[in-house]
Amino acid sequence: MSQPVVDKKKISIVCFSGEFDKMLAAYTIATGAAATNREVTMFFTFWGLNALKKQRGRKPIGKDFLSRVFNWLMGGRNNLPLSRLNFGGASPILMGGMMRKNNVAQLDELMEAASELGIRHFACEMSMHILGISKDDLIDDVQSVVGVATFLNESEDAHIIFI
Amino acid sequence: MKHFLDITRETCPMTFVKVKLRLAKMDAGEKLEVLLNAGEPLENVPRSCEEQGFKVLSNEPTDNGKHLLLIEK
Repeated sequence: MSQPVVDKKKISIVCFSGEFDKMLAAYTIATGAAATNREVTMFFTFWGLNALKKQRGRKPIGKDFLSRVFNWLMGGRNNLPLSRLNFGGASPILMGGMMRKNNVAQLDELMEAASELGIRHFACEMSMHILGISKDDLIDDVQSVVGVATFLNESEDAHIIFI
Repeated sequence: MKHFLDITRETCPMTFVKVKLRLAKMDAGEKLEVLLNAGEPLENVPRSCEEQGFKVLSNEPTDNGKHLLLIEK
């Protein structure tokens, strides 16, 4: 007789704010959950999409003038602001140094681990439409571009965390 | 074959993330020796391994205040 299939616990994380510290929190929870045998889905919307851009710095990507200006202003993974005491972008650099000194995983390391752990990355179709970016502008870990209905279907029976 | 992983310089969540990733690359029946610190890693690494069906064969303190864990995949 075959073993009964035990459903994995599920966690879905909505990455909305896209700030440096909040992305670290999101990826810390995500990788910790995946490493302890949970099925993890991350849904990136609005400012959260900046962390997923292939272009890590400020690049004017987008389909029209306004979206190009917006994307240049927001930048990519290298430009994520700290949610408090950002000081014009100086604090994330200082924070990165403090993290290195204390052997705390950097965002890049956590994102790499998330990829290896098979964490699913979904990007929000509506936000991407507003910001004029396409799936090609995002890193390869992004499995697909979906709407909220798909995200909710995929998160059935999951704990949903909004960051 | 016995593998070895030192996670004494890692912090949460990379302690058990690194163990999980290493175990994923090993074949069933192979053993992994993990050197870890007391506290959070010692509480979480053996527990998360057992929850995923891996066998914790031994858990011994070392002379320098660390712990050596032997896990079988």
